[in-house]
Amino acid sequence: MHRVLGDRRAIAILLGPALLVYSLIMLVPMVWSLGYSFTKGNTINGFTGNGVANFSRLLDDPAVRDALWFTLKYAAVVTAGQVIAGYLLALLYVFFLRRASALIRTLVFFPVVLPTVAVGLLFQKFFQVAPQTGPVNSLLNALGFESVDFFGSAGSAFWVLIVMDIWRSMGFYAVLLFAGLVDIPDEVLESARLDGATGLALIRRIVLPLSLPVLMSSLVFSINGTLKVFDSIVALTNGGPGTGTTPLTLYMFQTSFTYSDYGYGSTIALLLTVVCLMVSLVVYRVSRRDLTEG
Amino acid sequence: MILWESPVPLRTSRARRARLSLLTAGTASLALLATACGGSGSGGTAAAPENFDYLSVTENTTVKAALTGMSKGACKAANDALPLKVETVPQASLDQKLQLLAGQDALPVQFAAGNAPALTQELAGSGKVADLEAKLKELGVLDQLQPAAVSTIKALYGGELRVLPYEYNIEGVFYNKKLFADNGVKAPGTWTELVAAAAKLDAKGVQPFSASGQQGWPITRLISGYLYRSLGPDALQKVADGKAKLTDPAYVKAAREIAALGKKGYFGKGVGSIDYDTAMNQFLTGKAAMFYMGSWALANISDGKQNKIGAADTGFLPFPAVEGGKGSVDQYPSNVGLGITLASKSFDKKTGDWVSCIARNYGSTALKDQGAISGFKVNAEVEDANEVTTQVRDTISASKRNVLWFEALFSTKATTVSQQNAAGLVSGSTSPEKFMQTVQDALAAQ
Repeated sequence: MHRVLGDRRAIAILLGPALLVYSLIMLVPMVWSLGYSFTKGNTINGFTGNGVANFSRLLDDPAVRDALWFTLKYAAVVTAGQVIAGYLLALLYVFFLRRASALIRTLVFFPVVLPTVAVGLLFQKFFQVAPQTGPVNSLLNALGFESVDFFGSAGSAFWVLIVMDIWRSMGFYAVLLFAGLVDIPDEVLESARLDGATGLALIRRIVLPLSLPVLMSSLVFSINGTLKVFDSIVALTNGGPGTGTTPLTLYMFQTSFTYSDYGYGSTIALLLTVVCLMVSLVVYRVSRRDLTEG
Repeated sequence: MILWESPVPLRTSRARRARLSLLTAGTASLALLATACGGSGSGGTAAAPENFDYLSVTENTTVKAALTGMSKGACKAANDALPLKVETVPQASLDQKLQLLAGQDALPVQFAAGNAPALTQELAGSGKVADLEAKLKELGVLDQLQPAAVSTIKALYGGELRVLPYEYNIEGVFYNKKLFADNGVKAPGTWTELVAAAAKLDAKGVQPFSASGQQGWPITRLISGYLYRSLGPDALQKVADGKAKLTDPAYVKAAREIAALGKKGYFGKGVGSIDYDTAMNQFLTGKAAMFYMGSWALANISDGKQNKIGAADTGFLPFPAVEGGKGSVDQYPSNVGLGITLASKSFDKKTGDWVSCIARNYGSTALKDQGAISGFKVNAEVEDANEVTTQVRDTISASKRNVLWFEALFSTKATTVSQQNAAGLVSGSTSPEKFMQTVQDALAAQ
């Protein structure tokens, strides 16, 4: 075995096919897409070279600025919401519900398995004002308030989106963080309690530092998922009203496939890749530093 | 512990391994190439079509129903030779689907040619669309198209006959005669009277207009209506030619007038969430007094199951005049509905038989079965289903000049941007200035 894995040719034979497949279906399209960002045209008329015109357009395009700002705002709020709600749920499972948490865990996890489109439609009906008054507006009316057209302004549509996405995914983060919390040795918690640490102090000084690695993993998962959000927004608001809830992914999709401007679409995709890369690097750097301290 | 030992001494089998690795890599790449090429095979060849494939949008049921009816009746022979097969996609996904199909050279025999004439022009420019004028002449059925419909198509498609006039529509305001009479409102002739009528209806608890903000165009049509009544029929041509901008004060005024209707709540609650069917339903069930729509809605109006207010109580008004404006009320926005065209590649004799049959029979079939007016001649005696249909047909024949709708000369992007932001304009989340600026920016980017 050692001789086989020590031989470069054997490694090449074992890795070659997988590497080839990976290169053809992952790397080649990525490089291809990068190439498209220097072109203009579409599938009907063909493509012609366009130099760096797409990049200068990217810098001047107010729609890109709006979409980038929305993407970052959405990612920050949803990531914070998902991880905090998930962590609080995990603490609830471990320290309060203890062995009885299985049922609650399953119930909270349930939205994770639902298709995003179904959840989008559910929330659309939930918050709608017309043609029928939805349950949320009915409740507002019952309490004596006027109906609110939640999808009529970008501000309120954004918050419906946030509520939906946190509800949809907090169960997943709760389970992930729960796994981290149950790993904390009972002896450590016991000795902390003997030293007089209770309640918040116990969580802040013992539980939080010991669960930091899994917390950081959750952050990386969450921020990368939310920066690339697409399906839930398409299902709930389709980027509207106007372009009020349009993230970079949706703008890229519309530019490429609806407006048939593949060159500029690829340039927007490149911007999104750079943003994801930078954010991931920052999170990794922060997490590494914290781990060494912990 | 040795888990696996090579049966062949490694040092002596180098040449064999090199061959093996080459073979493995070669097989993998061949397999991938084969998979990659598989997708385009069906559309890439110029084989004769097996079906009269027709790609349309889910929202348009008239053409689909009429063609299906004809496949069993007047066009049975053509259908036996080349069976009709209808596929539909949501209207919002149509342009994307067409672009992908065109890219793979796999356009169906007959298809809805895009939400904006710009896309049809692009497809025609790359030779994907049949030269219908030549084809129809060859088949001897060019005279089956009404001249007014042909001139509307040519105005939209750069002087060429690019689509078939499956519909020939004029647009205007349908209104509920009973609601008007019950509330003491007269049919308005001017914009001021329209606003006053809306105010009166609203005060009596009747929703003045129903409109689909989700579609957007029923709202932008009101802007173009105000534009060609106030600035004259060439208002939007000037924008297309670069002689005027949507951000010019006279153009912004039109957006401001429509936004004002929205601000007063005349479109009802949550206009952005109202889809096409709901807006139609609100009008046909008497929940709204007025409905700006094209004459294709006659199919719904004539259908007793859908129209609860009754066709007899449904009236039709031209878009009202703007006092002191350069336009006139006998200028109607006309269109041929969603442009439907035929692919150049698959236009063979069997397709030709279908097209001849459609040209000779569609006009009377659509009018008789659907109550819909098309740009084909009506070759059989058909009695109008109701008064409003007669009124619209008379209006079409009396119409002196055609005008184009808001997005008629826009690019695909500007069309989408305009329709996406329309709901915001009437719900107040987008100011009239911002709306016109956004659309103008999208136009400038083309």
